[in-house]
Amino acid sequence: MNTKPEGCFSEEPVVIKTEALTRKYGKISAVDSMNLEVKEGEIFGLLGPNGAGKTTLISMLCTILKPTSGRASVNGFDIVKEPGKVRKSIGIVFQAPSVDDLLTGRENLQMHNLLFGVPREIRKQRIHEVLSIVNLEKRADDLVNTYSGGMRRRLELARGIMHHPKILFLDEPTLGLDPQTREHIWEYISDLAVKECMTVMLTTHYMEEAESLCDRVAIIDYGKIVVLDSPSELKNQIVGDVVKLKQRTPDTEALKKLEYVRKIEVKDGLLYLSIKDASKHLQDLLTHTGSIDFVEVRSGTLNDVFMHYTGREIREGEAEGGFWERMMKK
Amino acid sequence: MSEIEGIYAIWLREAKIYMREKERVISSIVSPLLWIFAFGAGVGSTVETVQGYSYQIFIYPGVVVMTVLFASLFYGVYIIWDRKLDFLKEVLVAPVSRASVFAGKALGGATDSMIQVVFLLIIGLFISVPLTPIVIIKAFLMLLLISIAMVSIGLVIGANLKSPEGFTLVINFVMWPMFFFSGALFPVSNLSGWLSAVTFINPLTYGVDAVRGIILGTHQFPIFLDVAVMLLFSLIAMGIGVLSFRRM
Ligand SMILES: Nc1ncnc2c1ncn2[C@@H]1O[C@H](COP(=O)(O)OP(=O)(O)OP(=O)(O)O)[C@@H](O)[C@H]1O
Ligand SMILES: [Mg+2]
Repeated sequence: MNTKPEGCFSEEPVVIKTEALTRKYGKISAVDSMNLEVKEGEIFGLLGPNGAGKTTLISMLCTILKPTSGRASVNGFDIVKEPGKVRKSIGIVFQAPSVDDLLTGRENLQMHNLLFGVPREIRKQRIHEVLSIVNLEKRADDLVNTYSGGMRRRLELARGIMHHPKILFLDEPTLGLDPQTREHIWEYISDLAVKECMTVMLTTHYMEEAESLCDRVAIIDYGKIVVLDSPSELKNQIVGDVVKLKQRTPDTEALKKLEYVRKIEVKDGLLYLSIKDASKHLQDLLTHTGSIDFVEVRSGTLNDVFMHYTGREIREGEAEGGFWERMMKK
Repeated sequence: MSEIEGIYAIWLREAKIYMREKERVISSIVSPLLWIFAFGAGVGSTVETVQGYSYQIFIYPGVVVMTVLFASLFYGVYIIWDRKLDFLKEVLVAPVSRASVFAGKALGGATDSMIQVVFLLIIGLFISVPLTPIVIIKAFLMLLLISIAMVSIGLVIGANLKSPEGFTLVINFVMWPMFFFSGALFPVSNLSGWLSAVTFINPLTYGVDAVRGIILGTHQFPIFLDVAVMLLFSLIAMGIGVLSFRRM
């Protein structure tokens, strides 16, 4: 994924830029003074628990929500002063379904072609192309209200990418999709990112997806960026490797002193250690653990990084958006 | 070019949906039929003639205008549903101006109303309303103008409200006074005092007068005044409509 996109010629490599961008809902700040730069041709992931502010950020960037304060530009255009020009540069797949129920799949796509100014000569071909990617050719002429949930999602995705936008926003695009479709879509999108120098900003709760696709990810929580880097850097710096073991006589005191041990967690009688480099330190580690019943080593994942920064449990009330939790905090 | 295609795309969607929802078409035909046959014939049996026409014929232009008024104003509620169901987001994030989005929606609403007008004109031929081809064309254009004005008002209200219930409430306060004080059911000239004052400031009075003038030849005001008032009113309503859409 880290290949340099071929199709990028632009002089201004930063295509999305936010400066102290803020959106408040009453007292809570859904997006809180956020500074962010996304480069051209990059696939950029936004990760964060429910209610972190991902959708709010994307809504502002695609001009359907006005910021409370701060500034942002997309493709060099100010989102408040030049929303028309921003809209010419983007494509978006919303988190909440927005395909038209009362039209057929094909009619939805035809309408999109007209609205987004796809040149007449390539309209038919584009529709054909995206329908085959999401595997909806057979149902294209049925009304959308006869589709299954996943099929709607697929149509939505087909529509969002159909006009080959300069910048594509995807808000949990693959939620509820089967693995085959997911593969297909990511292949097509990464291909576009390289060939047409399309920039992609996506949110997802599937960490493996973010890990394999994104050039960089930002973990956000409570409307702020907690950390931002490439997935591999984040894994190296934060987790390294994870050693799971069971001590015969539980005692973590000695382990805490070791400089290569980054984090210790106890869960269900098992010990989870984040180790800088297991291949180098495992031997030494085992001399400090006492006798053990069981040990397992694996390399850290983006999931570990995510948990490290945003906490292990799904927070109380957070699934509903965390509204009350945050009200209480203020 | 792309703006025109945008308007076309939005209009096309509205037209398709209207034709697919049979209930919408049927209900909008039934109520004017009731007015003409039940109300017109019922009241007509107690009233001699009005301005030389049987009451049923006299209220025919008024009923046509009423149908346009109701259908056009109520069309605004669909924008609320579109927003509730998130269909509208796709359009709001598209690179077409809000003026074009408004124009597409307004034309969509006017199309709904004018389809009903066509039905009513056909019925008019059967109850011996004096309709010649030229009268039909003139009446059609006038009704289109009225429809665009009323659709615009409906869209303004729809764009500024969040719930369909709220819309119904507000629209009733707009629709019924406009209808009753427009001379659709009785001649304005007979009124006195404050009632006649109300009819004079009601823009629909001029619309009704124009349509009745075109169809039955009985004018209260000169036709150019009728047209000028409706035109001005439409322009204002459309202007406010575009502003409301910009804020969405
Ligand atoms: N229309 C609204 N009115 C009030 N509060 C809102 C509104 N929309 C979002 N919020 C609040 O803003 C915060 C951020 O919401 P947002 O939808 O951006 O989260 P998210 O990161 O997209 O979450 P998820 O992963 O669940 O999609 C939440 O606390 C939410 O309750
Ligand atoms: Mg969201």
